[in-house]
Amino acid sequence: MEKVLKTPIAEEEVRALKAGDVVYVSGTLFTARDEAHRVLLERGAPFPLEGLALFHCGPVVKKAGETWRVVAAGPTTSARMELFEAEFLEKFKPRVIIGKGGMGERTLNALSEVGAVYTHFTGGAGALAAQAIRGVKEVHFLEELGIPEAVWVFEVERFGPLVVAMDASGRSLYADLEKTVEKNMDQIRARIQGA
Amino acid sequence: MSKMSEKLVETLAEALGQAATVLPNDVISALERARDREEGPARVQLEAILRNVEIAKAGQVPICQDTGTPTFFVRFGTKFPYLEELLSAIPEAVRLATRKVPLRPNTVHPLTGENPGDNTGRHIPHVTWLPVPGDGAEIFLLPKGGGSENCCALKMLTPGLGIKGVKKAVVEHVVACGGKPCPPTVVGVGIGGGADLSLKLGKLALLRPVGERHPEREVAALEEELEELINASGVGPMGLGGKTTVLAVHVEYAHRHPASLPLGIVVQCWADRRAHLRISPSGEIVIRNP
Repeated sequence: MEKVLKTPIAEEEVRALKAGDVVYVSGTLFTARDEAHRVLLERGAPFPLEGLALFHCGPVVKKAGETWRVVAAGPTTSARMELFEAEFLEKFKPRVIIGKGGMGERTLNALSEVGAVYTHFTGGAGALAAQAIRGVKEVHFLEELGIPEAVWVFEVERFGPLVVAMDASGRSLYADLEKTVEKNMDQIRARIQGA
Repeated sequence: MSKMSEKLVETLAEALGQAATVLPNDVISALERARDREEGPARVQLEAILRNVEIAKAGQVPICQDTGTPTFFVRFGTKFPYLEELLSAIPEAVRLATRKVPLRPNTVHPLTGENPGDNTGRHIPHVTWLPVPGDGAEIFLLPKGGGSENCCALKMLTPGLGIKGVKKAVVEHVVACGGKPCPPTVVGVGIGGGADLSLKLGKLALLRPVGERHPEREVAALEEELEELINASGVGPMGLGGKTTVLAVHVEYAHRHPASLPLGIVVQCWADRRAHLRISPSGEIVIRNP
């Protein structure tokens, strides 16, 4: 199944998604890394985040006159945001998280509770991502946090491909794979010992 | 600034730009071979990666938003005449490239969080100076991203565990990293030396073109075995499952203390960005995109 999610994304829409689906996002997407999560949780959001896509990303941007242009914007490692994400989802209700590498148990539970999915965008594919970004709508906390950590608000069209890696029914591709890998590792360890 | 200083700053900045936007051919070939043997989600990831590489090259934009920490390795002749110019040109080139390419400003003060915005700072850019006999110089650029750098590790193994212990530690570590370092990765392994040297050897191992074997037969065999073992794990591209977890493993070694078996594991993401320059004693500079 391959579909385009348009923001604001409804709860029912993400609850219908299954781990392994490939989706694209069109509409509004905002970035938040470690510091931005902390600041938004402490001070509240400067605009409504419900139904939007949250992107774990520190972009490379260039200013031409008064306009910001996004040069590269791939995902950063999501695991670092595990500290904040469950609380963040409950408080702000973004419906789609875009990142890489997956997140932990607490986030997986929060996805089910709140009604959201975690999607995987190809790590490092910053140029591919930038191509889907039509423009920068706003930027927050830029002076305080610097370019990579600021909250950037992008207008996007068919941003993806995004693999639904953790769905709202508690299934995680990462957890599934972990079991397969652990089984393979038993054989690999035996081969090393036996060699 | 002297003419040579200016030329060095400009050429180094150009090389930094090339490293950020054009992936070396040896890496592209390795990624294409990986795509051809994968299917399903693993293939989707590799196709996205290769499309991204094309977009970056055509548009002269960075391959990845994390343009990394610019890291330099300089092999310079003891009679190389431009050492002083080179010393000051390196941070200047980083500043210029940060503005021009642009590169993401990635240097943060560890205590105050302040970011100077030009990719320089205390001890940064870091240069590894390697004196050799002669009068020319060779510069390797390795802009390395934070996600994969976070997956580097030092293991001080018990020597009695021997080479089996080394294999087990490398495989377990790389597999435990899962999708975090953006696999398929290139892994540099440094064995022996000491705590700091083993990690440095791991980084130096990354300067070799992907898949080029160590000249010593036993080391080359270990590289091949480690690749095969890690890829049997099934972690796959981006940690979503598949046959290709590493594109290559490169091993370097140094003699060790009888009581120590240091193991430095350096993980580099699929965007194994590198550039290489050669400076002749007469001041000619050639960028060779690997």
